[in-house]
Amino acid sequence: MNVVRRNLGRAIGPALFLAAAVLVILMPRFMGEFRLLQFTLVAIYAIALIGLNILTGYSGQISLGHGAFVGVGAYTAALLSLGRPGLEALQLDPPSWMPLGDGMRPIFTIPIAALVTGLFGLLIGVPALRLGGISLALATLAIAVSFPIVMKRFAEVTGGGGGINLNLPETPFGWDISTRHWLFYEAWVTAGIVFLAGWLLTRGRIGRAWRAIRDGEVAAVSSGVNPALYKTFAFGVSAAFAGAAGALLAIETAYVNPDTFPVGISILLLASAVIGGLGSLAGAIFGALLYVFLPIYAQKPPIFSFEFADQAPGVVFGVFLIVIMLLLPGGIAHFFRALVVAARTGRFRRRSRTSELA
Amino acid sequence: MPLLELTDVHARYGPIRALHGVSLTVDEGEVVAILGANGAGKTTTLRSISSMTRTNGEIRYSGKRIARRSPEYVARQGIAHVPEGRGLFPELSVWENLRMGGVAGRGAFDTEVKRVMGYFPWIERRRDQPAATLSGGEQQMLALGRALVSQPRLLMLDEPSLGLAPTIVRELFGTVKQLNEEEGLTVLVVEQNATIALEVASRAYVLEVGKVAVEGTSDELRRHEGVRKSYLGY
Amino acid sequence: MAIPARPALPALDVSPAARTLILGVGGFLGSIAVLVLIGLVLTQTEEVFTWSGYWQQVVSGLAQGAIFASLALALVLIYRATDILNFAQGEMATFTTYIAWSLMNHMSYWPAFALTLAIAFIGGAAIERTIIRPVEHRPEIVIVIVTIGLLIALNGLAAWIWNPEVKAFDSPFPNRTTEIGGVVVAIQDLGVLGVTLVTVILLWAFFRFTALGLVMRAVANSQDASRLLGVRVGWMLALGWGLAAVLGAIAGMMAAPSVFLDPNMMLIILIYSFAAAVLGGIDSPVGAIVGGLMLGVLINLLGTYVDFIGGDLRLPAALVVLLIVLLIRPQGLFGHKVVRRV
Repeated sequence: MNVVRRNLGRAIGPALFLAAAVLVILMPRFMGEFRLLQFTLVAIYAIALIGLNILTGYSGQISLGHGAFVGVGAYTAALLSLGRPGLEALQLDPPSWMPLGDGMRPIFTIPIAALVTGLFGLLIGVPALRLGGISLALATLAIAVSFPIVMKRFAEVTGGGGGINLNLPETPFGWDISTRHWLFYEAWVTAGIVFLAGWLLTRGRIGRAWRAIRDGEVAAVSSGVNPALYKTFAFGVSAAFAGAAGALLAIETAYVNPDTFPVGISILLLASAVIGGLGSLAGAIFGALLYVFLPIYAQKPPIFSFEFADQAPGVVFGVFLIVIMLLLPGGIAHFFRALVVAARTGRFRRRSRTSELA
Repeated sequence: MPLLELTDVHARYGPIRALHGVSLTVDEGEVVAILGANGAGKTTTLRSISSMTRTNGEIRYSGKRIARRSPEYVARQGIAHVPEGRGLFPELSVWENLRMGGVAGRGAFDTEVKRVMGYFPWIERRRDQPAATLSGGEQQMLALGRALVSQPRLLMLDEPSLGLAPTIVRELFGTVKQLNEEEGLTVLVVEQNATIALEVASRAYVLEVGKVAVEGTSDELRRHEGVRKSYLGY
Repeated sequence: MAIPARPALPALDVSPAARTLILGVGGFLGSIAVLVLIGLVLTQTEEVFTWSGYWQQVVSGLAQGAIFASLALALVLIYRATDILNFAQGEMATFTTYIAWSLMNHMSYWPAFALTLAIAFIGGAAIERTIIRPVEHRPEIVIVIVTIGLLIALNGLAAWIWNPEVKAFDSPFPNRTTEIGGVVVAIQDLGVLGVTLVTVILLWAFFRFTALGLVMRAVANSQDASRLLGVRVGWMLALGWGLAAVLGAIAGMMAAPSVFLDPNMMLIILIYSFAAAVLGGIDSPVGAIVGGLMLGVLINLLGTYVDFIGGDLRLPAALVVLLIVLLIRPQGLFGHKVVRRV
């Protein structure tokens, strides 16, 4: 009996994944274009949040600069998809040493943007080793704050404050679906790939090493784990995922602009990651849903219609953050997991053991 | 009525259970020792009395229940706890550490401090020195002095001999004995050094794996074969 | 007891007080020397350079740095007491500055100033008791999100109560300049420096000479040891947050006349103050002050004399300098090296 139960338990993960896949394939039939856009954004931010989850949740490095990585991915994708001829047509003058190519189909920019951003993340990860928790938070905050400023400054490449306009991609293979529909699939398939990659990384040796480092670096060293290697790698991976998300964002909105990546994005991403649930990949989905839908509901809470909320969505959102940290410090994903465990064992833990971050 | 009474105390740190039903008493004016190996639960017992662990069971001090009160409350009732590692404020000076002892006291800081300096005259010369720069023995004496400033009824010492040279340990325990005999101070001392502890204490409890394994007077324990072999070395 | 490793100081055979004095005076003279040096370099590199203009920039940089120092001191105060980085410190300052603004419609400046400080104190303590206390022992990341939530909530609340239009804020100092030794300085800048100096001295005296100050220092050293001595640690922490809120209010009211009052007024200043605190060593009050002043002078000089940086790249430039310092000395200028105990 217990064996059956255990195997059923193990089957839950893949079963949910399959159910989600089916849902994704069928959903567009039933929604309008705007909803489709919203759920495309959910996929995009879930990708970014999986990256942040790996960095902060699994390897324990608090980052307030994730939005900058997303921005790097977005700009990379924009530059690559237009290529040098496209940029020059827009009156831009990128320096000759930049390998911009002649333009490419947007979908190919996704992996390249991920790679470029990943390298950037590795670059950040090396000095990050020297900095402790507070200093790292500040350093990443510095990157987030500086990103839009730097993008504006180097206008010959980036289009400055005006940004870069892209063309909307065409649906491939002559499929008879709208562009929005196609982008929805593009985003969710990428999300699925990233999710699988994240799952493989976190359940294997690398994931264990990350958790060991997070829970006690000194102890990890004495178990033979080289923290520097794994922490830097975590930065690279999380940046790569964020870069992919950024590329998709650029493709989806067909426009990149420094003001779409202010420091607030980094902060909100972190908040969404924590509320969704760190240390759990499913948390990224919850976080992304929150990120896309909460600001809207903060203005019009469905429970009580309140003029206050109309005027002060910030207050509602801020109070929401505080209250949910008081009630569910492990995040939403942990809450559901605790429910499942409670159903099985009859006991309910409000705090997760894995969310102890030093 | 005993000054301190523990009845079937279970204590845990988060999910880790450290005490599995410890019962002991300390009468006013006694010196009682708690002995045992590392990890037996000696420190946990003191911490439970000071309300620094999650405890089930009853802890009565002077008849009052203190198990579920805050550590600050317990200290203000006249229980002075010198923890493992001494609990000094490393960046504060010797004098400032002593002044902090006065927080739980009954307002007679100046007289009490003079009394303490009587026991440890070197303190006057080193008043402004940061506590972190003192030697181990001096730190222990400062911690003890600080505890005394608050005019406690019960003094609890956690492993006072840890890391100290034998002569200093003798001196320290000599002072403790003097305090008990001359001023009637009740003392509960946790020690790994069973020999010196049994010299000063009149009664002792031996803890093993979170439970009381043996209890009795010092003489009884010195004759007890198990205690002799495991803790006294002969 | 985990004793932090003592910072390496030359072994001087003098009392600690004398040693502090020597280091202080030495540091002060050294800073003047460095500034003179920079000025000399600039005489070579700049086409147009006047010494009086240079010192004017230095003074105005110091005034700006004084504001950073106040807020940085608030951050350090809370961090030392509770190991928490209060991201909402800037918004708390903004909020109290708005309260001052409202009060100044009904009373003159200094009474409103004093009343605001009292309100800030109570508010800060209240926030600690109600919002922070329940999460004090949770993982660091949870507390970070709570303070961020507080930031967002206060920002929205200020915008809602007082509406987000930019407002002018009175200064108690006249809007004139005066000449000292051939250098033209704004009285406003001198005033800000003066207020900050008085605040720092009062705070130092409080911690050094009063019983309450001693207890708070003890709590910052070790909460557990304090508890065992009967200290009501919870109330001491609330006191700490109250004092930090007062420091923030002062920073806000000193900054508002120049940067104008709006809900986002302190956001950039918070980042600079955060940088100053980390630069000085997040657990060092002296570091916060020195770091703040240094940063203020640095960004002013960089902005004025380095064309590449100009006005908009000042913040990234300052942060780059900070990061370089941190990479060389991760604990900041005055911080204690963290000894990892297994």
